[in-house]
Amino acid sequence: MNTPAKNPKNWLREHSELGVGVLLFLLGVLVLTDALTLDTDVTGRGPVGPATVPLVVGCGLLVVAVLLTVDVLRGGRGEAEAGEDVDLTEPADWRTVLLLAGVFLAFAVLIGPLGFPVAGALLFWGAAYALGSRHLHRDPLIAAALSLFTYGVFDKLLGVPLPGGPLMGVI
Amino acid sequence: MDSLYSLIDGFGTALTPMNLLWAAVGVLLGTAIGVLPGIGPAMAVALLLPVTYGLEPTGAFIMFAGIYYGAMFGGSTTSILLNTPGESAAVVAAIEGNPMAKTGRGAQALAAAAIGHFAGGMIGTILLVVLAPTVAALAVDIGAPDYFALMVLAFIAVTSVLGSSRIRGLASLLIGLTIGLVGLDQMTGQQRLTFGSLQLADGVDVVIVAVGLFAIGEALWVAAHLRRTTGEAIPVGRPWLGRDDVRRTWKSWLRGPLIGFPFGAIPAGGAEIPTFLSYVTEKRLSKHKEQFGKGAIEGVAGPESAASASAAGTLVSMLTLGLPTTAVAAVMLAAFQQYGIQPGPLLFEREPDLVWGLIASLFVGMVLLLALNLPLAPVWAKLLRIPRPYLYAGILFFAAVGAYAVGGEALDLVILLVIGLIGLGMRRYGLPVLPAVIGVILGPAAEQQLRRALQISDGSLTGLVNTPFSVAVYTVVLILLAWPLLRKVITRRRDVTV
Repeated sequence: MNTPAKNPKNWLREHSELGVGVLLFLLGVLVLTDALTLDTDVTGRGPVGPATVPLVVGCGLLVVAVLLTVDVLRGGRGEAEAGEDVDLTEPADWRTVLLLAGVFLAFAVLIGPLGFPVAGALLFWGAAYALGSRHLHRDPLIAAALSLFTYGVFDKLLGVPLPGGPLMGVI
Repeated sequence: MDSLYSLIDGFGTALTPMNLLWAAVGVLLGTAIGVLPGIGPAMAVALLLPVTYGLEPTGAFIMFAGIYYGAMFGGSTTSILLNTPGESAAVVAAIEGNPMAKTGRGAQALAAAAIGHFAGGMIGTILLVVLAPTVAALAVDIGAPDYFALMVLAFIAVTSVLGSSRIRGLASLLIGLTIGLVGLDQMTGQQRLTFGSLQLADGVDVVIVAVGLFAIGEALWVAAHLRRTTGEAIPVGRPWLGRDDVRRTWKSWLRGPLIGFPFGAIPAGGAEIPTFLSYVTEKRLSKHKEQFGKGAIEGVAGPESAASASAAGTLVSMLTLGLPTTAVAAVMLAAFQQYGIQPGPLLFEREPDLVWGLIASLFVGMVLLLALNLPLAPVWAKLLRIPRPYLYAGILFFAAVGAYAVGGEALDLVILLVIGLIGLGMRRYGLPVLPAVIGVILGPAAEQQLRRALQISDGSLTGLVNTPFSVAVYTVVLILLAWPLLRKVITRRRDVTV
């Protein structure tokens, strides 16, 4: 057997899946608390009130959290998903993921003031940069073209409104 | 006979210029998506869900079905030329197709696959025309308890048949059900899991969940593990088949659908199992067993035909019972909900134009696909050269467009990112994504049917099993649940007799 006492840091890293159990447990507690604090005065309609299903789901989450924890402690592991462009032999590159999440959040903030065409182009350019593309001229050009084209198709052709922003106001 | 007349009417719908255009857009997009690695038909349909806000339903579903069938065609191209399947359904095609391409028979492999998809899709769709109205007629009287039973079947099937771990499947389903709970209770208007937020009171839109889990989750997961070197596709000419090849493959093309169609109709994981079964069958029946593993053409033809037929089988369950058996069907179900259309036995009565137009467009799409794929396969293969940063940046871009189009709210983008991060975590720890999506899509509907059924029976649980239909469905559920145990008993008995 491995010796967890000697190297608790390594043990935790190997058993990081326990965190999934903890999260599921917390989610279960959250769902149950919410269900139990529902206003019970208006539940007069039908034998099954609005709290019944949440209670079942919440209990289910607690049970699954415990089962999963037991499974992990007995050596069970969830298989990381494979894919065509996925190389599981390398350690995970969380820096790229953080960068992408940041770029995405920036888009959420900027779409209001800058409008879709500009914010969208920045999103594509930023994401491509985070993913390792370093073409100084090609990247922004493609980003701008894609963003303008999409804006045209959605806003004008499909009738799904997107904010034009100040740029579209000028044109 | 009635179906034949309805089908002819359906062709009237499908052959209008606009719908032809949507079918063409669908099969083009589908083929491209099938060829491209990292983007599957479920993600593609999820990314296109926003068009449901601007497009009428018939056109949208014709396009979605085109994507589904097209992705099957395109997926085998990647398998054969690159040895990395573009779709999970095309894994088997790589086993024989890639050795064929390496020995200079890539053109024949592509042709065997394309004609296999055509044959499988045609036979599968003909079976759909024959069977779907019958199934719908049998199920036409089903009420709340039956619907609830069907949804329980969907929940149990996706958690226990798919994936390697039932606990993880169940965890994923419960995450989905929880997301489905957010918002106002449909019957009493009580706020659940909204934490006082007005925007959450409307619930989390299905589009955002599907895009978040399928597109953002996948893009972030790939970003964390991006392969730095991409394989080079084997150059290939225009697909063609010699007389000898046709003599070897025509039986495989016809056998594939017999395996693929029934497996597509039941919740058993879509095309993966039937393509594999078809491969094993072809190997057993082949006169050229020694070629298997080194490039046997039957091993491409049979499984590819089975893959397309399974797509048709999937549509039977989805259209007649509202039961999604694959991820694509689940996302298409979400699209039906966007339009306020309830797929199920009544669909054929209430929306005949839509259903039959959709079915007729499948035939049209298949002909278009054959025409696109036979002569143009080398052109499609060029898509494999797209730089990966652009591909995944593009996925993030279109996911953002889709989520924003839902309601024009920046908050939706934040929710999308959060769900995407959940999807990333699920991929990391082997939680399958499909049960969560099915939970979000079917959860609220299942709750409503449950409460309706119990209201009728005045709270008595017998109200859930008072119809033959629901009893039959629960029997299937029990068999699924007991399957690991049953299998143990069966194998033990076999060991004893041997």
